[in-house]
Amino acid sequence: MSQYVLRRLLIAIPSLLGISVVLFVVLALAPGDPFSELATNPNVPPEVQAALRAKFGLDDPIYLRYLHWLNAMLHGDWGFSFVSRMDVDTLILQRLPATLYVIGSAQILALLIAIPVGVYAATKPYSLFDQIANTLAFVGFSLPTFFTGILFILIFSVTLDWLPFVYTTDIKATGIRWVLEMIRQAIMPVAVLGLFQAASMTRFVRSAMLDVIRLDYVTTARAKGLGQAKVIVKHVMRNAMIPVVTLIALQMPAVFGGAIVTEQIFRIPGIGSLLISSILSNDTPVVMAVTFVFACLVVLFNLIADVLYGWLDPRISLR
Amino acid sequence: MAPLLEIKGLKTHFSTDDGILQAVDGVDISINKGETLCVVGESGCGKTVTAMSILKLIAMPPGRIAAGQIIFEGRDLVPLTSNQLDEIRAKEIGFIFQEPMTSLNPVLTIGEQIAESLRRHEAVTKKQALERTIEMLKLVQIPNAEGRVHNYPHQFSGGMRQRVMIAMALACKPKLIIADEPTTALDVTIQAQILDLLQDMKERFGMAVMLITHAMGVVAETAQRVVVMYAGKVVEEAPVDDLFGDPRHPYTQGLIRSIPRIDLDSEHKTRLEAIGGSVPILINPPVGCRFAPRCKFAMNVCTEREPLLREVSPGHRMACHLGDTSVGAAS
Repeated sequence: MSQYVLRRLLIAIPSLLGISVVLFVVLALAPGDPFSELATNPNVPPEVQAALRAKFGLDDPIYLRYLHWLNAMLHGDWGFSFVSRMDVDTLILQRLPATLYVIGSAQILALLIAIPVGVYAATKPYSLFDQIANTLAFVGFSLPTFFTGILFILIFSVTLDWLPFVYTTDIKATGIRWVLEMIRQAIMPVAVLGLFQAASMTRFVRSAMLDVIRLDYVTTARAKGLGQAKVIVKHVMRNAMIPVVTLIALQMPAVFGGAIVTEQIFRIPGIGSLLISSILSNDTPVVMAVTFVFACLVVLFNLIADVLYGWLDPRISLR
Repeated sequence: MAPLLEIKGLKTHFSTDDGILQAVDGVDISINKGETLCVVGESGCGKTVTAMSILKLIAMPPGRIAAGQIIFEGRDLVPLTSNQLDEIRAKEIGFIFQEPMTSLNPVLTIGEQIAESLRRHEAVTKKQALERTIEMLKLVQIPNAEGRVHNYPHQFSGGMRQRVMIAMALACKPKLIIADEPTTALDVTIQAQILDLLQDMKERFGMAVMLITHAMGVVAETAQRVVVMYAGKVVEEAPVDDLFGDPRHPYTQGLIRSIPRIDLDSEHKTRLEAIGGSVPILINPPVGCRFAPRCKFAMNVCTEREPLLREVSPGHRMACHLGDTSVGAAS
């Protein structure tokens, strides 16, 4: 197993290199760089601009710039954000906790809804419960988060004034008050993101369950007199969860992507809003670093999916 | 002596988009203690549905037991709920399924799958259940049972998996084993081994066996009594020697003639005889005898009136108008 993981990690190196080349080229081709703002600033003389550009190697050929970036990356130097005037890695680490908190809670909420609802709906297909769950799930994933997010703000913040609609990282409270405030401000973003995830996941759980529930070995289990609950949990769910777990692991990078929108709506100072603001201000080192982190996440979660698959299904041996 | 299991007038229907499918339409079958009863017939004639109806293992809905009684040891199983039947499943009536490749859960070890039946029905500890499981695996001649008990189904061949299925069905020592085409999915050499094993087990535990098959060879080898089913109905029932020696129903005769013969010399050899046509789809079946469209001896009366089961000699019953004097006069 550990050998398999090690080999997969080694295989990941060339793909990450390839990804970084593509990202770098695309960003280099995009108009503007961190100093383009200086060009419009009358207080900075052209000679100073040229000297700065030369100092940071911005006029070098693209392959030299890439090698420069790669070399720095390998030495743990993620670059420097000209806009925020701080190191990129410090900036990312500053923003990461908020993102992880919101996305993590949203995923947990999604699982807590999707698995019980999907499983129960599958045990009684076409029943009233199933029909309602299906309809709600359909509505849920048809409504984009930017719509439900704004709707939630309108209802719970503006009209009812129950919840804050701007997420802050510097809550002026301590102890239990701080915890409560953290929970309170996360309710809406977590609900919006979690319900959206839960909608598609519920449908997936249901269909995975239905695929298994009619198989021969489920009849075998019934013939043993185990009782409905045990048959469902031990024989059906155990098998149905194999594709579900894989899907969830593979979806994780997309969840981070989807969180960008949610972070914008609720003003969460997370990694997603960092990406957006960096793009808008031509902060290339930050954009490069954040997209590269997303690429690493894709590779990592693919690996996690494969390992989980091998662990859940004894027929697959990881060699 | 009252039979161990008595199925009376069983009707199992399935609702489909095209109408009600009468998969089993008034079947009477009884099995005595310690007896081997074979149920034969082509695919789609209701054998499996009959067997599955006994323990309500059919999908409900769309399936439904529309009428009839299933009396096991003096108790009617039809009105029982699934929870009540759980006390009888595996404990009193064990099931062996057709497809050993798909009838075992791929993500649980075979030991776990056998032991869970024991733990459900008997007050045993985990350790005792494991010991009993190994004992069962030895009994069904799985080599290295102590090691194999922790293996997963995909690590076994088809024949070995069917042995595991047999061990599982026998674990709680039920009084009746229902084996639904247990050898159909296996190759011929393994088939004989599995049938021998089933026979052995039956003698050892004194169980009754209801063996469902479409292979007349299997019937000749194992059965004491035979029930021939066609299109959801019993068409003939007889002790095995009687059935092969004096088959009365044209369908039974056809089944027997479709067995390849190796004992005839070349001048007596004839082409293997097949029954033309196929089993009708049982949505709105026509009146009269359901076999009539395929029957060489079909008369006018056959499409007008349904033949009822009647006794032609002691223990030998069949449902055909042929040789029925009362019908002969009418036509």
